[in-house]
Amino acid sequence: MEFIINYYNYIIVVIIMMLGLWGMLALSNLVKKLISMAIFQTGIILFYISMGAKKGASIPIIKQAYDEHHHPIHQTINNMDYANPLTQILMLTAIVVGVATLGLGLALTQRVYSEHKSLHEDEILESLS
Amino acid sequence: MIEQAPALIVVIPLISALFITIIGLYQPRVSWALTIVTFALSSIFAFICLKHVVTVGPISYMFGNWPAPFGIEYAIDHLNALIVLMISIVAFLVAIFSKHDIAKELGDKIPHFYSLFTLLVTGLLGITLTGDAFNLYVLLEISALTSYALLALSGGRAYIATFNYLIMGTIGACFYLLGVGYLLINTGSLNMADIAVIISNNTYSYTVLAAFLFIMIGMWTKMALFPLHSWLPNAYTYAPTSTSCLLAPLMTKVSVYVMLRMMTSVFNYDYIFNVLQWQSVIVTLAVIAILAGSVLALKQDNLKKMLTYLIVAEIGYMVGGAWLGNANGFTGASYHIIADGFMTLCLFLAIGCIIYKVGDASLSSMKGIFTKMPMTMLGFLIGAFSMIGIPPTCGFFSKWYLISGAYEAASWHFLIALLISSLVNAVLFFRIIEVGYFQALPSEEPNHHHPKIKRDEAPISMLIPLLTTAGLLIGIGLYTADIVTYLIQPFIKNFL
Repeated sequence: MEFIINYYNYIIVVIIMMLGLWGMLALSNLVKKLISMAIFQTGIILFYISMGAKKGASIPIIKQAYDEHHHPIHQTINNMDYANPLTQILMLTAIVVGVATLGLGLALTQRVYSEHKSLHEDEILESLS
Repeated sequence: MIEQAPALIVVIPLISALFITIIGLYQPRVSWALTIVTFALSSIFAFICLKHVVTVGPISYMFGNWPAPFGIEYAIDHLNALIVLMISIVAFLVAIFSKHDIAKELGDKIPHFYSLFTLLVTGLLGITLTGDAFNLYVLLEISALTSYALLALSGGRAYIATFNYLIMGTIGACFYLLGVGYLLINTGSLNMADIAVIISNNTYSYTVLAAFLFIMIGMWTKMALFPLHSWLPNAYTYAPTSTSCLLAPLMTKVSVYVMLRMMTSVFNYDYIFNVLQWQSVIVTLAVIAILAGSVLALKQDNLKKMLTYLIVAEIGYMVGGAWLGNANGFTGASYHIIADGFMTLCLFLAIGCIIYKVGDASLSSMKGIFTKMPMTMLGFLIGAFSMIGIPPTCGFFSKWYLISGAYEAASWHFLIALLISSLVNAVLFFRIIEVGYFQALPSEEPNHHHPKIKRDEAPISMLIPLLTTAGLLIGIGLYTADIVTYLIQPFIKNFL
């Protein structure tokens, strides 16, 4: 039980990823495959974000305070007040990659449909033979 | 200028891809010339880097001058300097080759083809140069996305074949990303050299094991190791000829390189071969890949499809060699990346010439091909000899290192698989020689007193890259000793 409470974010991420992976391999409708792929990628994005998250932390932007003469006040920065920006930056790139892959995949699906008049994998295989 | 060479290798094609798209809209013919100039420049800078690595030592290039664990580092050592040079030369040769073929097969899509082509090679060059694990993922996806578009350009059956590749390729890349995530949790770093130092200091945890497993499975999917190979043959067979000429030698080989890089620069010998001890399982997988690839290749009637199954077998060579865990096996695997890159290129270029002139690549249409296209078949023969492993060509030397490695490691099944695969290759290629040399075209049977088959050779811009590649196969073979002493052994010394 304690394990679940300590690691619930990772458990949720694993469930999401496995749903996506299962859908990519097992479903036979091409659009469903692609949406499963997006779910799989979202799982990975959540995995990265949750590893950089901290309890009670805010966005990693340091607010500079000024005194009455507009001189910057020196302030101590506590690491625990800010979420890790690295994982968020990485996932910004991964989101772009994911959108591009999904877009390309859907465009391909459209062409597959106009070629074979079906989105069902078995029917496409039949029309090939 | 010279100290910026590592960045320029990648930046020049990246920027020129943009110009090819813009200029290509108005002047489609210019895009061909621009692509050739781009890769000529990339090859020159790659050669400068290689020379620097050999004479001075490994290069570490910091992007924007941000120091290594925080900024992105391009780390060039003996192995990737060689592979970068191979990639840019292959891209240069395929760019020259593609002119007539693209004009015939794709017509008005010329600028699109060349901008995708340039972006794809940008991604591959970046993967090879980078020393940053996440940067590698981004470049992996750049090359993957462009390759999906390039493969689907020819239409028809290519769409569904590319769709399957897209699904498998994304699974591979996502697994790699997941593995990098585990490494990031464990070490807090993305720089490969930095990760290597941190994980060798602490005891190997399950997180490191998971990271290693995910990265390896991801790369095996990308390189089409046997049970994960199903996407490759169809995707490469139905693609435009120039696309398969570019992708077949480069995509899988770069994935093999990533596997070697991860094994040597991130994880270390002690962890992989003494702590995990998976080598016997993986070598057995490689043996299955070699045998299955060879048997499936025997079944094919279409030459292009036959070659794609040979790629599956060759991947088994490299994975098996790398996992033998001794110097000879590793030398063989690294050397075979270069050798296999050029011999696959040679064979695909020859098949490309045949498809351009004859129309298809089935075995039955090879009749009389030696009289019809003698120069093409000369290139094809040299490529085939290299694939079989006949001495002056480089295919012999890589096989020699792999076999000595298998002998040292006493993994007899890998040794036997290598020999069987050579035999199967010999059968495959002599079958083509038999049909092409001894069987006349049906319409020109000798009993009509017209024994002459007209010579109908492919255009000169297709023959030059083919014969250059054939020459390179022999050249690399003759300089094997130098390549191994000055480039591969210094790299292996750090690993073993």
